[in-house]
Amino acid sequence: MFETLELYTLQQYWWAIISLLAGLLVFLMFVQGGQTLIYTLGKTDTERSMIVNTLGRKWELTFTTLVTFGGAFFASFPLFYSTSFGGAYWVWMAILFAFIIQAISYEFRTKPANFLGKRTYETFLFINGAVGTILIGTAVGTFFNGSMFSVDKTNLTNIYDSAISRWETPYHGLEAVLNLHNVALGLAVFFLARVLGILYIVNSINDDNIFQRSRKQMIYNAVPFLIFFLYFIIHLFLKQGFALNPDSGEIYMAKYKYFHNLIQMPVVLVLFIVGVGGVLAGMANFLFCRGIKGIWAAGAGTVLTVFSLMLIAGLNNTAYYPSVYNLQHSLTIRNSSSSHYTLSAMSYVSLFIPVVIAYIYFAWKAINKKQVDKADIEDDSAHLY
Amino acid sequence: MTETFDYSLIDWSRAQFALTAMYHWIFVPLTLGLGFIMAIMETIYVRTGDPAWKRITKFWMTIFGINFAIGVATGIILEFEFGTNWSNYSWFVGDIFGAPLAIEGIMAFFLESTFIAVMFFGWNKISKKFHLISTWLVAIGASLSALWILVANAWMQLPVGMKFNPETARNEMANFWEVLLSPMAVSKFLHTISSSYTLAALVVIGISSWFLLKKRHVVFARRSIVVAAVFGLTTSLFTILTGDYSAKVIARHQPMKFAAFEGMYVGQRNAPLIAIGVVSSSPEDPENKNAKDFAFKIEIPNFLSYMAFQDINAFIPGIQDLMDGNEEHDILPVSEKITRGKLAIDALADFKTAKNAGDEEKMLKSRQVLDENFKYFGYGYFVDDPSRLIPNVPVTFYSFHLMVALGMWFLLFFAIVLLLVYKGKIAGSGFWLRIAIVNIPLAYIASQAGWITAEMGRQPWVIQDLMPTLTAVSRLDTNAVITTFILFALIFTTLLIAELKIMFKQIKLGPKPEGGN
Ligand code: HDD
Ligand code: HEM
Ligand code: HEM
Repeated sequence: MFETLELYTLQQYWWAIISLLAGLLVFLMFVQGGQTLIYTLGKTDTERSMIVNTLGRKWELTFTTLVTFGGAFFASFPLFYSTSFGGAYWVWMAILFAFIIQAISYEFRTKPANFLGKRTYETFLFINGAVGTILIGTAVGTFFNGSMFSVDKTNLTNIYDSAISRWETPYHGLEAVLNLHNVALGLAVFFLARVLGILYIVNSINDDNIFQRSRKQMIYNAVPFLIFFLYFIIHLFLKQGFALNPDSGEIYMAKYKYFHNLIQMPVVLVLFIVGVGGVLAGMANFLFCRGIKGIWAAGAGTVLTVFSLMLIAGLNNTAYYPSVYNLQHSLTIRNSSSSHYTLSAMSYVSLFIPVVIAYIYFAWKAINKKQVDKADIEDDSAHLY
Repeated sequence: MTETFDYSLIDWSRAQFALTAMYHWIFVPLTLGLGFIMAIMETIYVRTGDPAWKRITKFWMTIFGINFAIGVATGIILEFEFGTNWSNYSWFVGDIFGAPLAIEGIMAFFLESTFIAVMFFGWNKISKKFHLISTWLVAIGASLSALWILVANAWMQLPVGMKFNPETARNEMANFWEVLLSPMAVSKFLHTISSSYTLAALVVIGISSWFLLKKRHVVFARRSIVVAAVFGLTTSLFTILTGDYSAKVIARHQPMKFAAFEGMYVGQRNAPLIAIGVVSSSPEDPENKNAKDFAFKIEIPNFLSYMAFQDINAFIPGIQDLMDGNEEHDILPVSEKITRGKLAIDALADFKTAKNAGDEEKMLKSRQVLDENFKYFGYGYFVDDPSRLIPNVPVTFYSFHLMVALGMWFLLFFAIVLLLVYKGKIAGSGFWLRIAIVNIPLAYIASQAGWITAEMGRQPWVIQDLMPTLTAVSRLDTNAVITTFILFALIFTTLLIAELKIMFKQIKLGPKPEGGN
C-alpha cells in the first residue's frame, strides 16, 4: 500500500506525523506548565499534594511523547537529527537535563529518606516546567529563523575530518536565544503550558481554594501568552521565508513565505484558525463561565495550532531547518529524509498510532473518572506521590 | 586539512556514552524482570483471592516504581546522544537505525507508560481483571522496548539488510525482516532479556532472604522466594543457552571480538577453552604473543573449537591471524583491507566529483570500485594506525569470563534455593540466606560485564567494518564533551544515591498492611 506512493508523498506524510507529534507534545506540556504553578496554586501541603498527584499521573505520557517525537524524527529525517542535535549541542543538552530531573521527582518527592529533600524535587519540577518549555519553543523557533550550520556529505571521504554536519559558530546552539523571534515562541509555549496546566488542574481537582487562585492565575498567564503568541505570529507572517525551488533544488528568500503557505494550503489555514479559536474558547470558558472542561477545547486547539505551524514550516516547498550560514545547505523534507523503503516500512508502523491514542484515551478515562479532592490526599492509600 | 586526529574528543565521547549507557543499564534489567515477577504474583492473587498475595505484589510494585523512574530518566539521554555525540553516525546509518528507535516509542514505550499509570493508580478504580491485564501489559511493554533497541544494537554488530547509496552517502535499508531477524538480533534479544529476568529473580530472592534473616514478614518472604526461584531457575538456564548461542554467532561474524573473549593471539585448531586465566601478554609485546603465555590458566582442551563450531578440529583465528592475515584459512591481512577500504572511500569521493561534473562514465566506474570494496569501507580510515583495530583484550577477556562464571553459579544457586524450599529448610539456613544477599551485587556485576564484553570487544567499530568511532563522532569541542560528561556523572550519581536510599528505606519498611500503597 505505502510502497506504491511516491517518495515526496511519503516525505509529506512523515512531516505531517512529526507535526502531529509536536502538536501532541505541546498540548501534553500542560504537565510542565502545572509544575511551575505548584506553589502559586497550592498554599498548603495538602493542596500541593493534590496538584502533584494529578499532574503525576500524566508526566510519563508527555515524556514518552517527547521520546517518540525524537525517535520518529530520527527515523524519518535523519539528517536533521545529526545536524541539529550534534550542532546545537548546548540547547539540546540543557533540554535533556531539564527532563532527567523531572523523571525522578514525582516518584522520589515524598518518599522517606529521599536524600535531597522534598523542596529540591519541587524545584526540579519547576526547572523542568520553565526551562523545558522555553527551550523547546526557542529551538523550534529556529525552524523559521535559521541557524549557522553547514552540511557537506563529501566530508565523509576526508579520513581526517569526516563530519558531514558542522556548526559554524562556537556557541553550539546558545546563539538561538539571541534572536527575539525564537525567544518569543519559547515564552509563548511557556505561558501556554501554564494556561493548559491551570485548565487541567481545575478539571481534575475539586477544591474551592485552588479554583479561586486558578482564575487569578489564568489572567496573569493568558495575557502574556497572547502577547508573545501574537508577536510571534505577526512577525512570522510578515517576514521573509526560506523557500525551495523544487526543480533546481535551490533555496531562496521569499517574501511573506509563511503567510503564503497558509493561504496556499487552505486546509491548514482552517486548522490554524480552528486551533487558535479552540485555545481562546478554552480560556474564555473558564474565565467567563467558570467552566472546568476548557482543557479539552484548549488542548485540541493547541494540537491543531502547533500542527498547522509545523506544516507551514515544512510543506509547500519550504526549508524547515534553514541554514543562514549557507542557504543552499538548508534542510528540506526532500533532502533530509530517509529512503523510500524506510519511509514506507515506517508508514505501516504509523498505522499503530490510532491504536495507541485509543488505549491512552481509554486509560485516561478510567483513571480520571473522579476528581481528586482533599479526602483522597488525607486517605493515605488513595494517592501515590 | 589537518593531518592529525583529535583522539581526546573520541575518547571523551565514548566515555560519556559508556557512562550514560551503563547507568541506564543499572535500572533496566530489574524493570524487565520484576515486571514479570509482579505479574505472576498478581495472577496468583486474582486466582486465589488471597489478600496476602496482593500485599506481596504491591510491595514489589513499589520497588519497581522507584527503579522505573530513574530508568526512564537515564534512557532519554541515550536516545538523543546518538544525535548530539554521534552525529555522523546518525546520518550514515539513520535510515536503518532510526526505525527501531521510532518503533520502540510507538509500540513499546507508550504501552508501558500508559499501563503503568493504570497499574499504580487504578487499584481502587478499575476491575481486578483489567488491573491484572495492565500489569501484564507493563511487563510485555518493557520487554518489547528491549526488543527494538537490541535489534538496533545488533545491527551495529552485524550490519545486514541494507545497501550503500553513494548519491546520499549513507546506508539504506533494503530488507526490514533481515534487520529484525538477523542471528545477532535474535541472540542479543534472547540473551539480554533472559539475563535480566535472572537478575530480577536474584534481587527478589536477596531482599526476601534479608527479611527471613531478620525474621520479619516470613510468609511474604517465603512466597516471594518460591516464585522468584522457579522463575530464576528457568531463566538462568535460558541465559546460559542463549549466551552460548551469542558466542557462536560472534565466532562467525565478529572474529576479532571472539579472539579477545579468549585472549587468543595466535589462532589454532582444536582450540582449548580457557576456564580461568590471567592475561600476561599483549599484542604490542612481540616476545609474548601467544595465548599460552597466560600467567595462569586452567583450560579445557578442544572445547573452544567445539563450542564455537561444533567441531573439535575447527580453526579459531587469533588476533595475529586477523591482523597479519592467514592464507591457509583465507583471512585477508589488515593492510589489504585498509588498502581496499581506502579505495572505496576514494571511489566515493570520485563519484561525487564526477556527479558534479556530470561525467556519467566516470560515475559508473567509481561506483563499481566502490561496490567491490565497500565491505572494507571502514578500514580505509586506519591508514595511519592499523593497531587501533585491536580491541582492549584484558578488559574484554576478564569481563567475559566473569559473566560466564557468574552465569553458571546463578544456575547452581537457584537449584540450591529450590531444594531448600522443597525441604522446608530455607528460613533456617542463615548461610544460604546471606549468600543470597551477596548475589544481588553479583547479578549487577554480571550484567554490566556483559555489556562491557559486547561493546569493548567490538572496538574500534560503531558499525562493524563500516564505520569506526573516530568517523562517527560529532564535531564538537572536547571541552564541551568533558563538561557534559562531568555533569552527567554528578547528576546520575546523585540520583543513584537518592534511589538507593529510598529503596533501602522501603525495604526496611517492608510490605504495608493491606490497603496501603
Ligand atoms: C545477569 C547477567 C548475565 C549473565 C549471568 C550472563 N550474561 Fe552474557 N550478557 C549479558 C548478561 C549476562 C548482557 C548484559 O545481557 C549482554 C550484553 C550484550 C548482550 O547482548 O547481552 C551479554 C553479552 C554476552 C555475550 C556477547 C554478546 C555480544 O557481544 O554481542 C556473550 C557471548 C555472552 N553474553 C555469553 C554468556 C554466557 C555463555 C553466559 C553464561 C554462562 C552468560 N553470558 C551469562
Ligand atoms: C544499556 C546497555 C548498554 C551498555 C551498558 C552499553 C555499554 C557500552 C560501553 C561500555 C561502551 C563503551 C565502549 C568503548 O567506548 O570502549 C558503549 C559504546 C557504545 N554503545 Fe553501548 N551499551 C549498551 C547498549 C547499547 C545499545 C542498545 C546500543 C545501540 C542501540 C549501544 C550503542 C553504543 C554506541 C553507539 C557506542 C559508542 C561507540 C563506541 O564507543 O563503540 N549501546 N556502550
Ligand atoms: C543505547 C541504547 C538505548 C536507548 C537509546 C534507550 C532509550 C530509552 C528511553 C528514551 C527510555 C525512556 C522511555 C520512556 O519515556 O518511557 C528508556 C527506558 C527503558 N529502556 Fe532503554 N535505551 C537504550 C538501551 C536499552 C536496553 C539495552 C534495554 C533493554 C534491553 C532498554 C530497555 C528499556 C526499558 C525496559 C525502559 C523502561 C524504563 C526502565 O525500565 O527503567 N534500554 N530507554
